[in-house]
Amino acid sequence: MPDFLSFDARASVPPIDADFWSLRFVEEACEAFAVRKNVPQPWALATDRGVMASVYAGGGYGYAATADTSPRGVRDVIERAAAWARATAKHALIDSRSLPRPAPRGNYASPSLAAPLPSRQEWFDLLQRESLEAGLDPRIVDWEALVDVRHATHRLITSEGGDVTQRYRFLYPSITVTAHADGVTQQRSLNGQRGICQQGATEILARFHFTGSGRRIAEEAVEMLAAPNCPSGRMDVLLAPDQMVLQIHESIGHPLELDRILGDERNFAGTSFVTPDMFGSYRYGSERLNITFDPTRPEELASYAFDDEGTRAEKIFLIRDGILERPLGGAISQSRAGLAGVANARADSWNRPPIDRMANLNLEPGDASFDDLVASIEHGVLLETNSSWSIDDSRNKFQFGCERGRIIEHGKLGRVVKNPNYRGISAQFWRSLAHVGNADTVQVLGTPFCGKGEPSQTIRVGHASPACVFTNVDVFGGEH
Amino acid sequence: MRPEAFFSEIVATIDQSLVHGERHATSYAAEDTDFIRLNRGKVRQPGHVAQRYVDIRLIHGMRHVSHALSLSGDLATDSEAVQAAVAALRTVLADVSDDPHLLLPSTVNSTRTSRGGPLPPSEALVDTIVDAAEGHDLVGFLAAGPVYRGFANSDGQRNWHEITAFNAQWSLYHRADKAVKAAYSGFAWDDAELRSRMSAAADQLGVISTPPKSLSPGKYRAYLAPAAMQEIAQLLSFGGFSARALETQQSALAKMRTGMTLDARVHVSEDIATGVAPAFQSDGFTRPADVALIDAGALVGALVSPRTAREFALSANGANPWEAPEALSMRGGALATSDALRALDTGLAVGNLWYLNYSDRPACRMTGMTRFATFWVENGRIVAPVDVLRFDDTLYRMLGDNLEALTTERELLLESNTYGSRLLTSFVLPGALVSEMSFTL
Repeated sequence: MPDFLSFDARASVPPIDADFWSLRFVEEACEAFAVRKNVPQPWALATDRGVMASVYAGGGYGYAATADTSPRGVRDVIERAAAWARATAKHALIDSRSLPRPAPRGNYASPSLAAPLPSRQEWFDLLQRESLEAGLDPRIVDWEALVDVRHATHRLITSEGGDVTQRYRFLYPSITVTAHADGVTQQRSLNGQRGICQQGATEILARFHFTGSGRRIAEEAVEMLAAPNCPSGRMDVLLAPDQMVLQIHESIGHPLELDRILGDERNFAGTSFVTPDMFGSYRYGSERLNITFDPTRPEELASYAFDDEGTRAEKIFLIRDGILERPLGGAISQSRAGLAGVANARADSWNRPPIDRMANLNLEPGDASFDDLVASIEHGVLLETNSSWSIDDSRNKFQFGCERGRIIEHGKLGRVVKNPNYRGISAQFWRSLAHVGNADTVQVLGTPFCGKGEPSQTIRVGHASPACVFTNVDVFGGEH
Repeated sequence: MRPEAFFSEIVATIDQSLVHGERHATSYAAEDTDFIRLNRGKVRQPGHVAQRYVDIRLIHGMRHVSHALSLSGDLATDSEAVQAAVAALRTVLADVSDDPHLLLPSTVNSTRTSRGGPLPPSEALVDTIVDAAEGHDLVGFLAAGPVYRGFANSDGQRNWHEITAFNAQWSLYHRADKAVKAAYSGFAWDDAELRSRMSAAADQLGVISTPPKSLSPGKYRAYLAPAAMQEIAQLLSFGGFSARALETQQSALAKMRTGMTLDARVHVSEDIATGVAPAFQSDGFTRPADVALIDAGALVGALVSPRTAREFALSANGANPWEAPEALSMRGGALATSDALRALDTGLAVGNLWYLNYSDRPACRMTGMTRFATFWVENGRIVAPVDVLRFDDTLYRMLGDNLEALTTERELLLESNTYGSRLLTSFVLPGALVSEMSFTL
């Protein structure tokens, strides 16, 4: 139990000449289990604990962070944050006197937080079984089964009486294999590199049929060694959920981040083709496109009750029937832009300040079964599992690659193809969304590694999406 | 207490916590950093982060387990924490099996380096930057302060690496995505140097503000400035030079082991002596000053971590566990940078690339975007900035058949990413003139 849960702000925070302060405590522990090529990898534990103070004073804003969560350490960082606020008030981009002063109160807990987990030996045994099955074919030259088990506790206290405690458990199971023969190399994974990442306990493994997947993934990798290159040309594509999540993330999520639109990220992560005047009227995609910010889906990676500035989180449509409604902007960005947003001011740990991030960004399901989606395509390709991603700094011109493709001709799935890639322009691509899969086609995936910010941060984001069909897409294969 | 002395006290506590037959290998990473974020020529987020992490590996025979934990900086509190960590690791150690890939240093090599500092107060640096940017739409970032790396083991090896430095990276924007990127980093701050670099960036804004040219997809001559080459080098750093990735066919350079080559003027090495990285890695292996990776266009070496050395019967050469370079250096060529545009004649002068990834990893075919100051050049003179373009081409063409020249001058480029901590990674790279590069979108 973290010591900061008993921290008494009234007794320990000294009176300071400030308009507002907050303390954000974070403790996180990660146990890493891995078996590579049937060899158990060294067990490793990482634990991290610290506190960040944020202070509004004299119109300025400052933060300071330390791993010393004692009353003395907390007192020091509040004073240091206040000093930064006062020292830079004359240069401040934002007059902090105009910012909201939240006083949230509440709690959050991940699903199955108290459910027992396998012992260390049981984890290694489970991974070893998958490893043994994945490595049976001599053409499999490298393979690994692993799981990270993470527990985190966050507590936010504000000068206005706010006090929120949120407790999480995350599991990141993964299997990857590399096949090689006759100068050809192919890689295959279970829903991508850490694409499976959810809150909860071992029910996550069952949800993705983890047991038994080692052999299946390996067989698919070997099959691709002999597969032809993906053909080139304009055709329809059926994107599986483990590619849709990347498509949503890069070409909807990032361009809708309000701090990008306000210019904060232009020196590093980039700007956005979206401008403030577009909200409320801009046609982002076809009428089948419905995008929600949804922190309420229990198992999804970035579900929570309050963001790191203390704004209560709720499900909100960002794009409805193809029309852009809201940005991904937290309370400070909303105040700067004069736009309504969502509860997405988030920091990746105690030592980084909150900025506008994706959390759970989902594409709402439609009514087409998977068979309907395939049947709708006269000439095209099914694309599975993201393997490569690249997009311009305005989040417009993109090119993505997938691990595996399957040709679709006359509404029927056909042969497997390797090295499938496609490219397009965000502002046009979503308007070619022709069919949206129903709830049966949805997978709840995400990534623990969304990078952004100065200083840099990697944050957990969730994406739930059905399979979707896009028309007239520029598809191509690998080098001949 | 000075950071080095603090680390020594922590290690002494770990030493004293061992029981018969146990060994430890302990690495340390800490920093005291001022981070200042700017936008529109103003301060967006100023702050300070003090962090200390110790990673304790407890070893008995060929069994080992580890715990990386944050430290508060209070010696009494932290001594209790590491004692508890060692005790907890001991209980886990009893349950694990021998690790066939464990490799530890066979000799004791203690080292100590300290560079830079002290710096002026960061508040003063902010004043200078904001003042120099007056009238411009500056967005950028300053990180300043000391960074510490340490290693110690129960054989008595002690390594300490201390760098006090600053890294300012900023962009001056004309409008939308049209901007000039600049940087000033080092160990001794000079107001005049900052102002000079700001002024040079502002001068380029004049060209950026001319109407942009939109190019159709196609093949163009291109000059890649060192900052653009850094993006290519960074992509290759993710597994390209890794011995494990090469042995398992996952490296993008794997085909170079079966005869594929680059131009004979391409020489690449891991040159720790020229960078800012420590001369030791987290298992305690010390690093040679220089590891040749590509010589005369041929792959001649790889970065070999201790685990990979044991697994594939290779010799470890001080690589970190993920076998990524930390001081990649590429030899310069015969083209004076001042002659680069004249040699380009007509084509693209690419100041920066962005968001590279592989479109066919085994073929080392990569894609990415142009960014910041990228210009269309005719008859050796800049004509206009260009709207962003996507390239998609193989390294074997760009730095192989299509390489015309490398610049004589090289730039030292410090890694500006700060994921989790400030990184001590650097690149020393020339510019490259390429006769033909494929742009697709």
